[in-house]
Amino acid sequence: MAKEQDPDYWVRDFVKTKEPKEYNTLNVGPTHPATHGVFQNVMLMDGEFIVSTEQTIGYIHRAFEKIAERRPFYQVTPLTDRLNYCSAPLNNMGWHMTVEKLLGIQTPKRVDYLRIVVMELARIADHLICNSVIGVDSGALTGFTYLFQEREFIYEIYEEISGSRLTTNMGRIGGFERNFSQKAWDKIRYFLKTYPAKLDEFESLLARNRIFMDRTINVGSFEAEKALAYGFTGPNLRACGVDYDVRVMNPYCSYEDFEFIIPVGQNGDTYDRFMVRQEEMRQSLSIIEQALAKLDKMEDKETYFAPDPRFVLPPKEKVYNNMEALIWHFKIVMGETDIPAGEVYHSIEAANGELGFYLVSDGGRTASRLHFRRPCFIYYQAYPEMVKGTMLSDAILTMSSMNVIAGELDA
Amino acid sequence: MPNIYTERNKLVIGKLSAAFPGSFALGDESSDIAVIHVDKQKLVGILMFLRDENDLQYNFLTTLCGMHYDDKNKLGVVYHLHSFSNNHRLRIKTETEITEPEIDSITSLWPSANWMERETFDFFGIQFAGHPNLTRILNVDDMQGFPLRKDFPLEDQTREDKDDSMFGR
Repeated sequence: MAKEQDPDYWVRDFVKTKEPKEYNTLNVGPTHPATHGVFQNVMLMDGEFIVSTEQTIGYIHRAFEKIAERRPFYQVTPLTDRLNYCSAPLNNMGWHMTVEKLLGIQTPKRVDYLRIVVMELARIADHLICNSVIGVDSGALTGFTYLFQEREFIYEIYEEISGSRLTTNMGRIGGFERNFSQKAWDKIRYFLKTYPAKLDEFESLLARNRIFMDRTINVGSFEAEKALAYGFTGPNLRACGVDYDVRVMNPYCSYEDFEFIIPVGQNGDTYDRFMVRQEEMRQSLSIIEQALAKLDKMEDKETYFAPDPRFVLPPKEKVYNNMEALIWHFKIVMGETDIPAGEVYHSIEAANGELGFYLVSDGGRTASRLHFRRPCFIYYQAYPEMVKGTMLSDAILTMSSMNVIAGELDA
Repeated sequence: MPNIYTERNKLVIGKLSAAFPGSFALGDESSDIAVIHVDKQKLVGILMFLRDENDLQYNFLTTLCGMHYDDKNKLGVVYHLHSFSNNHRLRIKTETEITEPEIDSITSLWPSANWMERETFDFFGIQFAGHPNLTRILNVDDMQGFPLRKDFPLEDQTREDKDDSMFGR
């Protein structure tokens, strides 16, 4: 191939030129449909090519870390909903597990497996949005409309379990607020049966599509070394070829009982990120199936919380008829239970990477400091380096394949 | 809680004592991850040592965050390091006086520290010496005060009808 025919040759040439050129400034955001969230990129453009990018974030900062210092642990759960709102149950479970680690609560196996079912459903819901949006940003709306129906179905499952859909506030410290209903189980089983075909259909629209491949292969690629230095985790890091997954490295919630593969990419480009997420959805399905098999084998079908009276609300019948239970109900809801002093760091593999909770307690009724390690916030700072010298339309695809969620970015 | 001083932690502590005698102290044994308190003057050196030393390789900066110890009138920064090759985590803590809150930046070691340090500056007012662009990141640029310090009220400062003591702590 003559070098003039290589598109990369022209890209670099444009950016390298030191001659005075006419640059334009382009505002992508704060409310641009392609950013899928409220954040701004001020791009210095040389024609269609990006010379440099200046990021502004914080448009929806809601001071969660400050609010969390004033709220009992129960009231922090709704805050975590609003971090990565595409997969709220993952954040909820991560937070509950952090508190359990501080309090030393051991959850029963059945609770762990129920949690894994919910967490993997949430991972599927998150990856599904991200991947179908990559399609939308490359001009293929069809896949998005196919898969959105499936996300709707996952939300219906959440609804059966917790009563709400987007910001789920699901579960309690020590387990769940109620057992899964028969309808929830039916829906989960129906989802497991129907989803693989839909996923295959979606993938067949894009994965070997010449236009999609040309738009994504070698676009927005990042080397593993740099990705580690920039604190990448989750699918974005795995697309670069590093097989770091918290579920395997530091198993929590009985993930060590499950067999699954960590998919990795090679080039760390948009296509790899897409394919890693596709494969992770399949692995999640297999994890849910394993969890269902394990739950079926268990004789116990009733345990859904750890028997720790400090944080598990007593049953309603008791609250209405028993003084002791009423007092406990009141104390738990008002956050008047004793909490040991100490500090813990707990991390889970959220849809975007390692979601960490650093909880410091001084023995008061609330956390004295709570810090969220938000994967988006850390890896989004590499974006200017990833898109430097590429075309604007590729930068949009790179952004959507990184799955930057404004709620998680700004906390 | 199980005893955290496992073989790996002992190795880290042994190596650190050989290389930086007297500039660090061990933290509370009851915490979940080994805690090392570090002199702020030696912070960058120690972190670089932990990152590059052959057997240690704490090459991933998981997170860093600010702290306000209002009882001691001090500010602090907590670093969580992770060694992928040994699958081991460390928590490094450093403190500085609130009247002179300056700590060396570690952006030269990990570019990912850039925004995390900006966030810490934004909320605690810790000056990171050597940071390339230490400006507010999540709050507005002309904001007064540092919101995550304990003396910063949660409720609107201009309102008198709301009292923080009514809302917990």
